[in-house]
Amino acid sequence: MAHDAIIIGAGMSGLAAGIRLAMFGKKVVILEKHSIPGGLNSYYQRRNFEEGGVRPFDVGLHALTNFIKKGEKGKPFSKLLKQLRLSWDDFKLHPQTHSVIHFPEAQLKFSNDFELLESEVHQRFPHQKDAFAKLATVVREFNELDLSLGYQSTRAKLATVIADPLLLEMLLAPLLIYGSAWEDDMDFAQFVIMFKSLYFEGFARPEGGVRRILKLLIDKYAENGGELRYRSSVARILTENGKAVGVKLDNGEELRATHIFSSIGLPETAMRVDEGHFATQPRVGKMTFLESIFVFDKKPTDDATIVFYNNASTYAYRPATHYYDSASAVVCLPDNYERQNTAGEGTVRVTYMANYRQWADLVRTDYDAKKDEVAESAKALIKKIFPTYDAHLRFTDVFSPTTIERYTWHKDGTVYGSIDKTRDGRTPVENLFIIGTDQGFLGIIGAMLSGISMANLHGLMEAPQ
Amino acid sequence: MNQEQVRQVVLNIISDIAPDEDMTVLKDEVSLREQLDLDSMDFLDIVMELRKRHKVEVPAEDYPKLATMASCVSYLTPKMQ
Repeated sequence: MAHDAIIIGAGMSGLAAGIRLAMFGKKVVILEKHSIPGGLNSYYQRRNFEEGGVRPFDVGLHALTNFIKKGEKGKPFSKLLKQLRLSWDDFKLHPQTHSVIHFPEAQLKFSNDFELLESEVHQRFPHQKDAFAKLATVVREFNELDLSLGYQSTRAKLATVIADPLLLEMLLAPLLIYGSAWEDDMDFAQFVIMFKSLYFEGFARPEGGVRRILKLLIDKYAENGGELRYRSSVARILTENGKAVGVKLDNGEELRATHIFSSIGLPETAMRVDEGHFATQPRVGKMTFLESIFVFDKKPTDDATIVFYNNASTYAYRPATHYYDSASAVVCLPDNYERQNTAGEGTVRVTYMANYRQWADLVRTDYDAKKDEVAESAKALIKKIFPTYDAHLRFTDVFSPTTIERYTWHKDGTVYGSIDKTRDGRTPVENLFIIGTDQGFLGIIGAMLSGISMANLHGLMEAPQ
Repeated sequence: MNQEQVRQVVLNIISDIAPDEDMTVLKDEVSLREQLDLDSMDFLDIVMELRKRHKVEVPAEDYPKLATMASCVSYLTPKMQ
């Protein structure tokens, strides 16, 4: 029997869209390629030889952005709670302590209280006090959710407000690396989303990490009668007379539906539609990353949650020219959120910008040796940033752009998707819609809001049958 | 349903959508948006819940008629006979 909607991908956006459609009686099936959910924000585990049992790891999620306090209204997170009928308490959020933007000339701290960043800017850049206040006002008054907006360069727009290039680079660094599909710049609407979600609202970590969020979504989806199939990889999107009518799976099975929502990316979706529908193939984004995960025998001595490290006065946000770029990194300390255990092992994650092509071309033995080289570089950086942290290393894991490609389905291991976005979710194929990264809302909260708003717009608001 | 029952139907739906809102102080003649933390996504939910629970269809061009509690009641009562 035909479905009302097929959703490709059980990541944050697919699950959120599924909940909305199932909640209002639509017959929905989510097709997930892997045996676990999450997409770009998923998880895995490794045996713990020291203590028996396993160590759980998250991929993707460093932090949940868009933190709100219980009862706060009118924010992206509060909209999401209402739309998915979830409660704030369900997330068991632990707010960050503070994070640091670490450049050679200066450091800026920020926390979930915007006043900290303001006072840091006033102290280090007293001549930019008014400019920074003006920037905050521009951001506050900008309607980033307007689906009709086109691309606007953030650097061009910021140059008219922030005169000090160092301050501009420092403010941009975390926002670029936490969400820009474009090299060295980002769309201004996305800058505003990121500025609000990182600097106005801030970071938190759900207890248990990404697993908690995924369980909440999957339970809510099942409660509303939604169907979720794992190990179901979509090979083709079927069309008739220019309209999407269903999908064909790798195993040959065909499913039909009146609406198809794809979270696998715009280029990846276009590749699965017969030629002629998309006038041009959407471009694949080049930004991809390498992450080293270290488990030490004790918790970090520094109390920062995330350090955005850069060793120059300008911030280069572009694919590494040689495998990986150790000139900048995101160093994430997932133990440093408030009200977490202080005993036990400590985890440090170091993320570098990478070059997909070079990693994809490595033969196996060279690949492993290159990963060891990355781990050594990341360890040296941890020593440099936290010189007093004298813990013993117990476990190391490194994932590369090819790992990301294998697990997320995103071509070339791109993390923030295509540089071509479809803000209203429409594609040249009728009844085929894009949700998630390539619709253009960012982060975990953004991905869920993308699924919600596209399901609302294209799946629920149409005239009743 | 009479007008009082229709009012209760709308109240029930809003309290399910926005459980943190205090509905006891709601003024019927004042815009719901001004008094409660409701956005366009929440209004869609009111419409969807009316369809799901009471089989009442509210076409998009009639959404403005849901602006206040009083206008909801006068618009919906004839539809819920």
